[in-house]
Amino acid sequence: MPAASATAGPIPARARGRPRVAPTDVLPLGFVACFLTAVVVLPIAALVWESRRQGARSFWRVVSSPEAVAALRLTLGAAVVVALVNAVLGTVTAWVLVRDEFRGKTLVNAVIDLPFALPTIVAGLTLVALYGPGSPVGVDLAFTRGAIVLALCFVTLPFVVRAVQPVLQELDTEMEEAARSLGAGQAAVFRRIVFPNLLPGILSGAALALARAVGEIGAVVLISGNLPYRTEVSSVFVMSRIESGDAAGAAAVAVVLLCVSFALLLAIGGIRLLVTRHERA
Amino acid sequence: MPRAGLRIVALGYLTLVLLAPLAMVVRRTFAHGLAPVWGSLSGPETVHAFEITMLVAAIAVPLNTVFGVVAGLAIVRRRFPGRGLLNAFVDLPLALSPVVVGLALYLLYGRTGWFGGWLLGRGIHVLFAWPAIVLATVFVSVPFVAREVIPTLRELGDEQEQAARTLGASAWQTFRRITLPSIRWAVVYGVVLTTARCLGEYGAVAIVSGRIVGKTETATLRVDGAYQNLDATGAYSVALVLAAAAVAVLVAMTLARPNEQVA
Amino acid sequence: MTGRVRVFAAALFLALAVLPAASARPAGPALSLVAYSTPQPVMARLVDLWSSTPAGRGVSFTQSYGPSGAQARAIVAGQPADVAFLSTGLDVDGLVDAGLVSQSWGKAPHGGIAADSVVAFVVRGGNPKHIRTWSDLVEPGVQVVTPNPFSSGSAKWNILAAYSAERKLGKTDEQATAFVRQLFRHVVSQDSSGANALNTFLTGKGDVLLTYESEAYAALAAGKDIHLVIPRQTMLIELPMVPTRAAPAQARRFIAFVQSARAQAILAANGYRPVVESVLSRPALKKWRLAYTGGSRAIVRIADPLFGGWRRADRVWFDPSKGRMVAIEREVGGPAGAGG
Repeated sequence: MPAASATAGPIPARARGRPRVAPTDVLPLGFVACFLTAVVVLPIAALVWESRRQGARSFWRVVSSPEAVAALRLTLGAAVVVALVNAVLGTVTAWVLVRDEFRGKTLVNAVIDLPFALPTIVAGLTLVALYGPGSPVGVDLAFTRGAIVLALCFVTLPFVVRAVQPVLQELDTEMEEAARSLGAGQAAVFRRIVFPNLLPGILSGAALALARAVGEIGAVVLISGNLPYRTEVSSVFVMSRIESGDAAGAAAVAVVLLCVSFALLLAIGGIRLLVTRHERA
Repeated sequence: MPRAGLRIVALGYLTLVLLAPLAMVVRRTFAHGLAPVWGSLSGPETVHAFEITMLVAAIAVPLNTVFGVVAGLAIVRRRFPGRGLLNAFVDLPLALSPVVVGLALYLLYGRTGWFGGWLLGRGIHVLFAWPAIVLATVFVSVPFVAREVIPTLRELGDEQEQAARTLGASAWQTFRRITLPSIRWAVVYGVVLTTARCLGEYGAVAIVSGRIVGKTETATLRVDGAYQNLDATGAYSVALVLAAAAVAVLVAMTLARPNEQVA
Repeated sequence: MTGRVRVFAAALFLALAVLPAASARPAGPALSLVAYSTPQPVMARLVDLWSSTPAGRGVSFTQSYGPSGAQARAIVAGQPADVAFLSTGLDVDGLVDAGLVSQSWGKAPHGGIAADSVVAFVVRGGNPKHIRTWSDLVEPGVQVVTPNPFSSGSAKWNILAAYSAERKLGKTDEQATAFVRQLFRHVVSQDSSGANALNTFLTGKGDVLLTYESEAYAALAAGKDIHLVIPRQTMLIELPMVPTRAAPAQARRFIAFVQSARAQAILAANGYRPVVESVLSRPALKKWRLAYTGGSRAIVRIADPLFGGWRRADRVWFDPSKGRMVAIEREVGGPAGAGG
């Protein structure tokens, strides 16, 4: 069970006899705003500006060109598949890591975060070596769409697992045991008691996985073959636009991808609020 | 589902997607024995590359840690218009492809960029020098500390902090004595992830660093450089060191944590 | 907690204090070389060699290697560069457009070119599919690997070579373009750079890789099990090395050194065709002379009337919206295409 959240609302400042807004209230927010602006917002603004530079018609021409549309469809499709795979298998993995005991669990738990540390090109390299031509396990997935999904699963593996683990840990098993002692089956216990508590974590993790998958290039570029219209993902298309000197077109597609990710993150934040509403006052 | 079945599924998935590739990296690194690996790792370019990577991480990680904690607090504890937007912005760097990050930094700090001309006129080099590497690395690792701190803060609630305030503690004292200790492990974990991400960043840094051998070539760029020159052993050795460093920190953190919080 | 803050602050301070020193410019004349990735080993050697000559003594070098297009773009965005060694004249034209290189760079000695190469086929050791000519590439079942023409200069050379080969055999413009389309139906991978394409091929994908002859020799020197085939009709790849406008006089001297017989002999021995052909008559380079000049070949240059220079060829073939390759990629890969 999560520790008792703010079940009583915050005590109004005036009732506490303190001024409404102290410098220490504003300073942190100011710092956050400045930092975020300098580091994140400015580059994105520059991108948006660049995408508009040659006019709206040019923007739409690049974004709606058949190659861009094909790449976008492939990227989004693969990202959704990867998010779903991660939602299911990531939850299972988190479950096993929290509730199960086996030798080497500590090490396995530690390497979950490895995709963050490994340069993505190395990830791509090894995936090609393992699952491409010359594979030691006899699987040649390389240069297919399956390879794209596989590479994306590698880089997004930690997101759902790490989002679900802390929730599982905090989860009080008393309710599950009570339900079971009342005769509920495993599946019902999971569906009715455990799953609703995990859902916000799964959603957050899946949303992050999706957002990351949409932008990934390093792990995918070596194993997908990058055939335009067939196995070319949006980030590779953006790169080829940059390389042919069309920075505005590249920025246009990048902005579209950004909007998709941004909308997704906002939506998941909203769903999360809805789902956890019963926990807040 | 029976316990063993779940375990098999989880471990099978992990093996397929994570453990087998890791084993492959190890195998390929030592394919020709220990000596070539040592030769690659002790070459001056490689040593420089590790130095630069560590220095960049030494700047980027503290910056993002401070930001992550402050932003986490702001997002969870305060209500202000645009809170959801701020939250989404913090996560956005995860979604941006590094090629795009590089392009954006060119647009800002390039010779004909928004600030580039002005800065270069004053002799301030951002691109193709360490500031750009730091900027790119900070950008891609912004979310991690905040990501960890936010759910923990949510779980914990602010009762203790409110109690402290009514007892007369200042904001800073409340933060230092109550908030920070309670999110300590979330922060540490976030720092570990941020560090791992900083070590592994390649795409954006490749574009903005100028790849100057011995000066702005990070470890990941060295991996790429070795790979381009068909020096597989060199590439894999550096990659393995990066991965091993991340794993070592992760394992150390796991072991150091109190037992009830294994993750 | 204060302790941790102190540690952070110390790390930050240390880093900020040390990093500027790490990127400080050394005293004395310094040259920055920005080059494409393949010649890294041979250029490192030439730089060392030049430092021991009177002209080069005391001059320090910074070196940067990466994909040619990316390097050119970096220079345009402000990367300090005194000597630019790129893999196509097109990338140099990009520098000219940005005002960083003189427009008359082609009038320098040897046309501003440091070395040559040709478009070549790389096949598996032993050439199991007996690929020798361009028409062998479009035989059923042959899989071709080439980079993406919109992101790689190497791919552009490949496509122009394919087209010009057909024209040399007497085909019309339409027929030769149709051949390129047919060729792309056999392409199974389009990496973003020539180096990536080489590595894709080396991991086992495809039957034939289209690349520079010099890259093939680099792979052979690294012990890869491949075989090099130079088709009878091919294209001369001219690798330009130019000084930037703001470069000191040492830059021109370095380039002159690279074009001198001594350096050209080293380049020749590393798989690059020298621009000073007389070095090939040296006994030590006999094997290379046979490799480079053996067999009669129709070698087309980008400046030939067929293409009329890079700018024109680039506009006709590789314009991002109207170039011929846009239509070909769509026809081959899009919903209406038959697919490789």
